[in-house]
Amino acid sequence: MLGVILLLVILYTNMLKGLRGLGLTLNLDFLQDEAGFDISEGIPYEPSDVYLKAFWVGILNTLKVSIIGIVCATLLGLLFGIARLSSNWLIRTIATAYVECFRNVPLLLQILFWYTAVVGQLPRVRESIALFGGVFINNRGIYLPSPEPTAGLRIWLGFLGAGLLLAVILYVVRWRKLRQLDRPGFRAKWALPAFLIVALCGWFLAPSRPFTLDLPVLQGFNFRGGMRFSPEFSALLIALSVYTGAFIAEIVRSGIQSVVKGQREAARAIGLKESQTLRLIVLPQSIPIIVPPLTSQYLNLTKNSSLAVAIGFPDLVSVGNTMMTQTGQSIPVFAMIMVSYLVMSLTTSAAMNWYNRWINRVGR
Amino acid sequence: MAEHENAPNDSIIVCEDVHKWFDDFHVLKGITTSFEKGERAVICGPSGSGKSTFIRTLNRLEEHQRGTIVIDGVELSDDLRNINLIRQEVGMVFQQFNLFPHLTNLQNITLGPIRVRKMTKSEAEEIALSLLERVDIADQAYKYPSEISGGQQQRVAIARALAMEPKIMLFDEPTSALDPEMITEVLDVMRELARSGMTMLVVTHEMGFAREVADRILFFDEGAIVEDAAPADFFDNPQHERTKLFISQTLQH
Repeated sequence: MLGVILLLVILYTNMLKGLRGLGLTLNLDFLQDEAGFDISEGIPYEPSDVYLKAFWVGILNTLKVSIIGIVCATLLGLLFGIARLSSNWLIRTIATAYVECFRNVPLLLQILFWYTAVVGQLPRVRESIALFGGVFINNRGIYLPSPEPTAGLRIWLGFLGAGLLLAVILYVVRWRKLRQLDRPGFRAKWALPAFLIVALCGWFLAPSRPFTLDLPVLQGFNFRGGMRFSPEFSALLIALSVYTGAFIAEIVRSGIQSVVKGQREAARAIGLKESQTLRLIVLPQSIPIIVPPLTSQYLNLTKNSSLAVAIGFPDLVSVGNTMMTQTGQSIPVFAMIMVSYLVMSLTTSAAMNWYNRWINRVGR
Repeated sequence: MAEHENAPNDSIIVCEDVHKWFDDFHVLKGITTSFEKGERAVICGPSGSGKSTFIRTLNRLEEHQRGTIVIDGVELSDDLRNINLIRQEVGMVFQQFNLFPHLTNLQNITLGPIRVRKMTKSEAEEIALSLLERVDIADQAYKYPSEISGGQQQRVAIARALAMEPKIMLFDEPTSALDPEMITEVLDVMRELARSGMTMLVVTHEMGFAREVADRILFFDEGAIVEDAAPADFFDNPQHERTKLFISQTLQH
């Protein structure tokens, strides 16, 4: 123990000595200096902003690709995981091929593949692929219509609030009714439709629709308006989703298969329908098995997003790299990157652990 | 094969030329037999003879590919309504118990009555507690299956099947997965059930139980019924070579 502390002290003093030799001190004052470099995408940012702002842009870009990636990977994983158990030969084989192709090729290679061979080969702006009249795909990125709030939004939000209140009341009423009836049932059976009806009425009764769609329009050499996903973001998102989705598919499959055949047979033997068997017997047993490895995949996806460096997507590591080369403050920047990932990972783990406990609140 | 000339209206299970294949393997080769209300039949035979598969076709855990099975006047076919109707009338007890590990013993028993028979929770719990009393483990109601012994688990499984108030009970080697000292407690429950007049089909290797409780013993070999006789005839005067060999082998130990 004493030896370890002594070693750390030696390393620390040695590092300070080295830094002094380079004319650097160990503090975070440089974060208030002007960054002076551009960042290709993210929240509004100018090269004249400070380093701290630049770092924040990087964090948000990492969060954006990770969160959307986690949602897409989960959907892909669920779809293909269930498809692997299908009784249909074609569906099963396609799902197997997907899993085996994408989990056995290095992720970096896949990112480069999507970036150069797919997104990079899209047509030029003037020959954009147009979908549904509002979506345009070209080699500058994917352009989508974006919802813009109008004056009617406030009134609609009022309706939503009223609907929520009504839903809570109906939920409680239904809950007490079920208790009185002494039967199991869907507690939100009245609350959910009531809320949807109020929300829908509000949408049409408000003086103007709460949102208008801002459509991307070709002006000169580029599209204006709407939302844009850059080619770098698109390629990274696809690669991360497809790669992680393959692992999640395996987790879902093994989770469902871990519930032995006898459980399903016993459920059928007492006359439960297939949907009841799935909901009351199979899922309650497979979800606790699925959640821990699923959490690991979410963490992997977040950390793997740092491979964005390879295609120039300005994520946390990419921005951090630029900051290090410009300021020479590699140790504080490294520490900041590490702490950022640590906070993201611990938050994800905590949320998933909470979810698992919530699912397991009945029985074990 | 012994003759069973039952009037059709006394028979609760009627099987006509039932065939089943697992891929190329012909498991059931034309089973024709019937069982009366209140009859207690023991089905035995070497492993792989199709005896388990046969009783599993009776509540459609396995499909038969040819022939007809009629349970209490309802024919088993692809019609889901008929299958669900029959499953409510036919209780089943499995070799591996197959209790639901995420539910308490009590919840294991009340699940069917609440979800399928649409009873209220308190009605279902009252029935479940009296059934646990009947199988002599009322004190284990609020424990989980993993917290009780194998013999106790199998008794909970019997209570679970009985809670649906079935007309027929199928037992698929109910004591084969149990330690020897726990077999008696399960067989005692089954004896009590037999005395109550329940129609029972029991696949088992417990020849003592068969001799004592059964009205009739069916011997399966290679997917067919080889011998079908009252216990006294079956043990003391078997007609077929295969049966003689089987009896001499099982009674040796």
